[in-house]
Amino acid sequence: MTTTAATATVVAVEARTTRRSRPAGENQGGWLFATPFLVLYVLFLIGPVVIGLVISLFNTATVKSGLGNWVGTANYAAVLKSSDFWQSMWHSVLFTLLTTPPLVLLPLLFAIFAARISRSRWFFRLAFFAPYVVPSSVVCLIFAFMYTPQTGLISKLFSGVGLSAPNFLGSTSGAWLAVTLLTLWWTFGFNFILYTAAIQDIPEETYEAAAIDGASPWQQIRSITIPMLRSTSSLVLILQILASLKVFDQIYILLSGGPNESTRPVIEYIYDTGFTSYRGGYASAATMVYFVILIVVSAGWALIRRGRNQAATTVNA
Amino acid sequence: MTAITALPGRKSARRTSSGSGSATKAFNRLAATCLTLFALIWLVPFAWALITSLRPDSEITANPVSLWSNHWNLHAYTSAWTTSPIGWWYLNSFIISTLSVITTVVVCSMIGFALAHLRFRGKSVLFAVILAGLMLPTEALVLPQFMEFRTIGLLGTYWALILPAIAAPVAVFVFHSFLKQIPVSLIEAARLDGASWWRVYYQLCMPLCRPAISAVAILTFITTWNAFLWPLLVLTQTKSETITVGLSSLIGGSAIQYAETMASSVLGFLPLLAVFLFLQRQIVQGVANTGIK
Repeated sequence: MTTTAATATVVAVEARTTRRSRPAGENQGGWLFATPFLVLYVLFLIGPVVIGLVISLFNTATVKSGLGNWVGTANYAAVLKSSDFWQSMWHSVLFTLLTTPPLVLLPLLFAIFAARISRSRWFFRLAFFAPYVVPSSVVCLIFAFMYTPQTGLISKLFSGVGLSAPNFLGSTSGAWLAVTLLTLWWTFGFNFILYTAAIQDIPEETYEAAAIDGASPWQQIRSITIPMLRSTSSLVLILQILASLKVFDQIYILLSGGPNESTRPVIEYIYDTGFTSYRGGYASAATMVYFVILIVVSAGWALIRRGRNQAATTVNA
Repeated sequence: MTAITALPGRKSARRTSSGSGSATKAFNRLAATCLTLFALIWLVPFAWALITSLRPDSEITANPVSLWSNHWNLHAYTSAWTTSPIGWWYLNSFIISTLSVITTVVVCSMIGFALAHLRFRGKSVLFAVILAGLMLPTEALVLPQFMEFRTIGLLGTYWALILPAIAAPVAVFVFHSFLKQIPVSLIEAARLDGASWWRVYYQLCMPLCRPAISAVAILTFITTWNAFLWPLLVLTQTKSETITVGLSSLIGGSAIQYAETMASSVLGFLPLLAVFLFLQRQIVQGVANTGIK
């Protein structure tokens, strides 16, 4: 008994010392466990970035194998001068401007409402989140049917209240309205769930104390819930901006970027130049410009957030 | 309407201490009414597709927004099933999503385990590199990715969809943060008993992190099932398409076959809705966890 205990201690001590010095076994084991992911990560996450960068410097054709000829930064110059590129970039930004405010604020409001109701929460979760698991093409099929001029449900709804329904799929402003409503319905639930989870983390006592002090529900929301949700709101905001800037599915399926390319987002522009006109090098340059814009947006958000956190900690200290 | 909506509102005072005032009661009732109204509106498109799919085309043309039919039937479903290869699309989506789920869970939990419990040279660098991967907007990189897969010769295969799906930094971090909560003493005890690292991972850690596995599995399934642009580019044969891409080709089709189009939509959303109904709690929990971290 004592001998086994003693050997166990010896082994334990040995294990601890070897642990500190990282034995070859653990070193090797760590890399073995990491290798499968690392290989895929390098090939399919880093790989496309590098390949895109290389191709953007050649006049590669998408249909032919091989790189084509070296053209230096000519593709970038052409992209930056192309009014079509900037127009489609503007469409992605416009879509972001249209969808971000309702998709950040409405779910917040409804999550706050839902937190005040103890019964049938599953029902609200179901109603708001179910659309999120539905594929984009199905969402578009259903909404295209509801947007049908004269006979569609939404068009009927407009005429039912005495308004003339906009031409949802035929005019530019109608198309933006159609895509915005569809997106609101489709992705509302995701942000709703993020807010709901964060609200559940706010300790109950905070509200109880406020209620004893006679705070009205509105005051509780304004001075407890909303301030405590600040970091969640900022997360939802950046996730929404990035998701909206990457819009493709809805606009492509519902409108094919039309009418007359007036809603074509930047991903569809890249798709068109790369896969319809086969200008691989040029489209790669457009990809890289767009890629850098997205990175700048998320890095900017990370910097602002870090600055704010540091300010908060110094205040607390 | 008010009778229905007031019902959840009446018993809604979640906190008895704050629910005493009449202002609070009125406020809660207002919140419940608003919420129920919007939730019902949110269900309309589903109900609409379902009702339309069960009505005959002649009735839809005569009266497009009626909620009732005198001739409920499943005819649209049989014709939707025979006119487009929905069965194949289902099968493709199912194979791709299932294989993606299995491989993602295995590969990402392995590196998550290594990052959480093993000490090896270069670990912090590796961690930083994967963290940086979270910021890469991969959806923007379809063109270079396409060129890469053409060079490897995997275009048109399931692998073209599965392999990029596995390289998900988010999944690594879900596993890492979950595995980190397993006490080091437990793992050291297993090691002292002579268990190899593989056994520690496979027999000790994996059974303990079932919630992380289900979160990653569900989210991977939904994302791969719903992916659109990449499968559109990669799978070019009609029969090899996924359900998401296949159904998009029905848009702008014949204007009179409303019932058939809606029947296809119902077939498109039904499996996912069923999965969602069964796993509601886990899905919501998974989104909340991965979204916030």
